[in-house]
Amino acid sequence: MTCLPAHTDKKLGLVIDLDTCVGCQACVTACKEWNTGGHMAPLTDIDPYGGDVDGVWFNRVHSYEHITEMGGRTVNFPRSCLHCETPACVTVCPTGASYKRTSDGIVLVDEDKCIGCKLCSWACPYGAREFDTDVGVMKKCTLCIDRIYNDNLAEEDRVPACVAACPTSARHFGDLGDPASAVSQLVAERGGVDLMPELGYHPTNKYLPPRAHTTRAASVLAPALEAVRAEGGFLGWVDRMLSN
Amino acid sequence: MHPAFSVVFFTTATGTGYGLLALLGVLAGPGFVPPDFWLGLVGMGLALGLISAGLLSSAGHLGRPDRAWRAFSQWRSSWLSREGVASVATFVPAGLFATGWVVLGRTDGWVAVAGLLAAVGAVITVCTTGMIYRSLKPIAQWHSRYTLPGYLIFSAMSGGVLLNALLQGFAIGSTILLAGCMLLTLLGWGWKLATWRYNDRLEIATTANTATGLAGGTVRSLEWPHTEENYLLKEMGFRIARKHKARLRQITQVLAFALPVLLLVAVFALPWPYAAVLSTLAAIVQFAGMLVERWLFFAEAKHTVTLYYGR
Repeated sequence: MTCLPAHTDKKLGLVIDLDTCVGCQACVTACKEWNTGGHMAPLTDIDPYGGDVDGVWFNRVHSYEHITEMGGRTVNFPRSCLHCETPACVTVCPTGASYKRTSDGIVLVDEDKCIGCKLCSWACPYGAREFDTDVGVMKKCTLCIDRIYNDNLAEEDRVPACVAACPTSARHFGDLGDPASAVSQLVAERGGVDLMPELGYHPTNKYLPPRAHTTRAASVLAPALEAVRAEGGFLGWVDRMLSN
Repeated sequence: MHPAFSVVFFTTATGTGYGLLALLGVLAGPGFVPPDFWLGLVGMGLALGLISAGLLSSAGHLGRPDRAWRAFSQWRSSWLSREGVASVATFVPAGLFATGWVVLGRTDGWVAVAGLLAAVGAVITVCTTGMIYRSLKPIAQWHSRYTLPGYLIFSAMSGGVLLNALLQGFAIGSTILLAGCMLLTLLGWGWKLATWRYNDRLEIATTANTATGLAGGTVRSLEWPHTEENYLLKEMGFRIARKHKARLRQITQVLAFALPVLLLVAVFALPWPYAAVLSTLAAIVQFAGMLVERWLFFAEAKHTVTLYYGR
């Protein structure tokens, strides 16, 4: 059924820390490696060694330059399915292939029902869904349902592949519907935000904005070669000599 | 948005076909259109042919057309599913209406009722098509109050001009229908101009800032996650038409609106067969213009995912 559940028992999702993400793409390759043999397998690559490469990925890391009056910085930005509370990708689906689970809120595609009309990818503002031209069906992030409930894995490994792979712990997994969970507390503490809140999709995943610039160090906007402070003594004498 | 030809042709052809079906269904009962065998065969053949060709074309857009039957199941939530249900349901009264007219040679009584039901089904189906686009929040140019009336007006307009060509071809043209077609074409022209004006002044609340959650300042894309175009850019990042926007809008206005109006004006003054030739030409030119209009409808639409790519 593509009607949305009125309530989900859990709201499983990710919290992504834009302050600590270094853009190493480890989550991207770990996701691809796990999921190309996982629930939505295969994640087809078209012409992978040729000049016109294309393929299905659930997670992509962009890099942005964010400039404010406080200065500029590079922000690495992983983008994947946000497992929204009101996902239009589910309600627009004509076949019932797209659905949101009542138990944990994960948004999934039943590949055996998908007709490949692509309307769900139009309805998703975040570009989370990618069409597999080889199989003819839509694919998307499963939040690694085949890892997080997998009794064959050690308990600490029962997290999405992207979370397990992150070397800087920029990705956190948990129940965002439980205010006492570690991820919910992290969001509260760091002021986690929704992406495109104005569209009203109510994404479950949250993004932690980069921390404010420190005021203790020299401003990154200070002109190059400007004296940080008036030098006295030997260095002051060298400075005066060289300035003549 | 990428203007896939299958979808461009689908919405244009079914729009014209349902417009013609609705007008025939409403006008045949009261005797405005005579229950002539050849008129029924050609008229209903055109209407149902355009609708069927459009629906088949839309199935060609699917990744797995063999499973298309599944699309009738989710009418509770999905406008696409509702469109599928409405389009198939409309074939029932339309088929009865065509049978009564062409086989039994009558358009009164139950045949007239079937015609009215087919007209209702046609209007509902066009509404569901418009709502598919109207309901998509990530595409501001579609998620506007101009979209649904646009689909209805263009359907009535192109269906009306085609009906006029049909009746003129059978030398039973009516000046009322001719005047109605001109008014509908002028209304369509005005509506399209108003839509473009609205889209050009659109202030979209979603920006690179809200897309990335980075508040304040400017957010500039430094590096994409991939070096080649991916599905998202091929499907949602189409840009060619924006480059030729002004020229394509001119072509749309000439073919879909200006030329048909001029041709219809000439039809007022001309006898058969010249009136029939010009009326047919008006319908053909307008259909070509509507294909360009629908192509632009897709190509000018900007999806929020392009913000992630700095476009």
